Amino acid sequence: MSSTLETGSTTAGKTFLPTYDDDAAPPVPRGSLGGTTIDEKFVRIGTWASAFGLAWLLTQRLLAMPGLPWFLIMWFVLGLAVTAVTGMLTGGLVEVRDRVAAAVVTVGAMLVAAVLVSALAFVVMRGWRPLLHLNFYVDDMAGVGPKDPFTNGGILHAIVGSLIEIGIGVAIALPLGIGTAVFMTEVGGTFARVVRTVVEAMTALPSIVAGLFVYTVFIVALGYPRSGLAAALAIAVMMLPIIARAADVVLRVVPGGLREASLALGSSRWRTVWHVVLPTARPGLATAVILGIARGVGETSPVLLTSGAASFLVTSPTGGVMNSLPLYIYSTVRSGEPVAITRAFAAATVLLAIVLILFVTARLLARPRRTKKPRRRRSLDLLRADPLVEMGPVSPRPTLTEENT
Amino acid sequence: MTTLPVQDASTDVRPRKISRRATGADAVFVHSARAVGATVLVITGGVGLFLGWQGYPTIKHYGLSFFTEVDWKPDADVIGIAGVLSGTIEVALVAMTIAFPLALLTALYISEYAPARIKATLVSLVDLMAAVPSIVWGLWGFFLIMPHAAELAIWLQRNLGWIPIFDVKGADPNAAIPDLSRYAASMFCAGIAVAMMVLPMSCAVMRQVFSQTPQGEKEAALALGATRWGMVRSVVLPFGRGGIIGGAMLGLGRALGETIAVLLILSPSFEIKPRILEVGGNTVSSLIAGRFGDASKSQLSALLAAGFVLFLLTLLVNTLAAVIVNRSRSGAGTDA
Repeated sequence: MSSTLETGSTTAGKTFLPTYDDDAAPPVPRGSLGGTTIDEKFVRIGTWASAFGLAWLLTQRLLAMPGLPWFLIMWFVLGLAVTAVTGMLTGGLVEVRDRVAAAVVTVGAMLVAAVLVSALAFVVMRGWRPLLHLNFYVDDMAGVGPKDPFTNGGILHAIVGSLIEIGIGVAIALPLGIGTAVFMTEVGGTFARVVRTVVEAMTALPSIVAGLFVYTVFIVALGYPRSGLAAALAIAVMMLPIIARAADVVLRVVPGGLREASLALGSSRWRTVWHVVLPTARPGLATAVILGIARGVGETSPVLLTSGAASFLVTSPTGGVMNSLPLYIYSTVRSGEPVAITRAFAAATVLLAIVLILFVTARLLARPRRTKKPRRRRSLDLLRADPLVEMGPVSPRPTLTEENT
Repeated sequence: MTTLPVQDASTDVRPRKISRRATGADAVFVHSARAVGATVLVITGGVGLFLGWQGYPTIKHYGLSFFTEVDWKPDADVIGIAGVLSGTIEVALVAMTIAFPLALLTALYISEYAPARIKATLVSLVDLMAAVPSIVWGLWGFFLIMPHAAELAIWLQRNLGWIPIFDVKGADPNAAIPDLSRYAASMFCAGIAVAMMVLPMSCAVMRQVFSQTPQGEKEAALALGATRWGMVRSVVLPFGRGGIIGGAMLGLGRALGETIAVLLILSPSFEIKPRILEVGGNTVSSLIAGRFGDASKSQLSALLAAGFVLFLLTLLVNTLAAVIVNRSRSGAGTDA
C-alpha cells in the first residue's frame, strides 16, 4: 500500500496537507440551526417575567380583580400580548404568529399537566391523615360510625373486595378477549368480520348500562342476591370489548413478514400464533390488558348496581354483599360527614396507588426485553400500537396477511 | 452429458392437490378460536339485543311520548327521557367545549413542540390521566372545582347573561352576596369533571394521527422556509383533520356515558333547560344509577329502554367517528 503511494507520487499530482496559519483570525463559529440562542432565550423568559409584573400591577393595584385565578388569566393574556410585541420587534407578522401559537400550545399543555397534578395532589392532601394509621389497612368498617376517629376502622374490606372482583372479572374477560383478538386477526373470514363489527360496536356500551344488564339478568330475573360475583360479571361485560379491541389493535401491527417466515419454515398455524405472533405482541398485549384492568378497578357504576355495600370483610364472591374501593369512596362521600369524607379521600389515595402500580407495571412490561442498549426509543412501539386508543378507530397499517384475507 | 427428462405422454399430468383445510392441531386451533369468537359474539351481541328486547314494552306502552315527555314520575305513570337526554347532551357538549381545545393543544405540543427527551414521559402522563378512576375526577370536581366554578358562573352571568345559556333563573349576579347555591351542582360543573375524563382519550387519538404525518412533508415545509407554526398549519393539521374530528367524537361518545362524576356533582331535576350554569339537571346514566334501586319491573324496563337509547346514541357517535377517521388521509396506508 505504501509502496504504491510512493511510486504514484512521482507520476501523479502531489497531495498537499492543509497548513494552519497561527496568526489568522479565529474562525467564526457556525450558527446553530436548531436550538435557541441566548438572545431568544432572554426574550422568551423576559416576556413572561414582564407579563408577570404587568399582571400583578393590573390585578392587584389598578383593577379590582383579587384572587389567584384572575391573576393567572391576566398573566396568560398579557404574556401573549408581550410575546406578540417582542415578535414584532425582530420579525414580521409570520414570526408573531409563530411565537403566539407556540405560546398558546405550550400553555395549553401545561394547563392539562397542572390539572392532572392538581387532582393527584388534592386527593393525597385531603386524605393523608388516615393513611398514617396501620389499622386503616388491616381493619374493616364493621361497627365504626361515620364520626369515629381514624384510629378505628379501615378499608381492608374494600381493598379485598376490589381485588376479588377485578380478579374474577379479568379471569373471564382476559382469555375471551385475547382469544377473540387472535380469532379476528389470525383466523379471519366473514364470521371474524361480523365479530369485529359487533365487538367494536359494544365498546360504545356505557359502563352503567353494562351494570344494569347484569343487575336485570342476574339479580332481578335469576334471583341471585347481590354479590361480588355479580359485580365481577358486570366488570367482565364492561371490560371484554375493551380488551378484545385493544388486543386486536396490538396483534394487527405484528409484521406480516414474521408470520409468513414462520409458515414458510413449515410450522403450523397454531405454532406460528403461539411462538411468533403472541411473543412479538407480548409487550403491547400486557399494556393493553393492564390498562384495561386499571380502568376496571376504578369504574364505579357497574359495581354500584350489582354488589351492594358491606361494611365488613367478605372474602367469598358468592357470599352476599361485598364492598369495593370505588363504591366505598362514593358511598362515604355521600354521607357528608367531614371525618367520613377524609376517609373517602384516603381510600381514593389507595385506589390511585393501586392504579399507579398497575400503570408502572404496564410500562415496565412494555419495554423491549433487552434493556442494555435501547437502539430504538422506548416509546416507538407504544406510538404505533397504543392500547389506550382502545375504542379508537385509528386502524393500524394493514399488514400483508391482512390484505390477503 | 445432460439429459432432458423425457415426457411420458401416457401418464396424464395433473396439478398436485392443495387443500387449505386445516388438519390436526391446526383444526383444533381454528375451531377453538372460532368458538371463542362465537362466545364473545353471543355475550356482547346478547347485551345489545337484550337491552332492545327489554326496552320494547316500555316504548310500546308510552309510544312517542317516551321521547318527548320531560318528567320521570313512575308513580304517576309519566315517564319520558326528553329531559335526561337533553341533559346528557348538554353535559357532553360542555365537556367537549372544554376538552377539545385542551386535547388538541396537548396533542400538538407532544407531537410537535415538546423536546424529544420528555416526549415519552408526556405520552405516559396522558395515559396515566386516562387511567385515573372516574370517581377521583368526581371528587376533584366536587370539592376542588365547584366553588371556583360557581364564581366563574357568576361572572359569566353578569357579563354574558343576555345569552340564554349563561342565564340563571332566580339569582341576581349583582347582589352583594350572590346566592352561591343557585350556581353550584350545575351541568357546567359536571361538564368540567367529565371533560377531564374524555380529554386523555381524545388527546391519544389526535397524537397518534399527528405522529403518522409523513416526515418528508414536514421537512419539505420547513425547508421551504415555513416557521414551526406554518408547518403545523399547512401540513400537520390538514393531515390530521380526520383524527382531530374522530378523536373529538370518540371523546363525545365517552362523555355521553359517564356516570359517577355526574351523579356526584349534579343535583337531579327533570327539565329541559339551556341554562347550563343553573343548579340541577340530569343525565341518562345518572338517572339509571339513581333510580335502579327502588324500581319495579316496569320501571326497570323503562330504565333499560333509556339505557338502550343512550347506547344507540353512543354507538352512532362512535361509528361516525370511525368513518371520519378511516376516510381521511390519516390512518391506514401512510408509508411515506
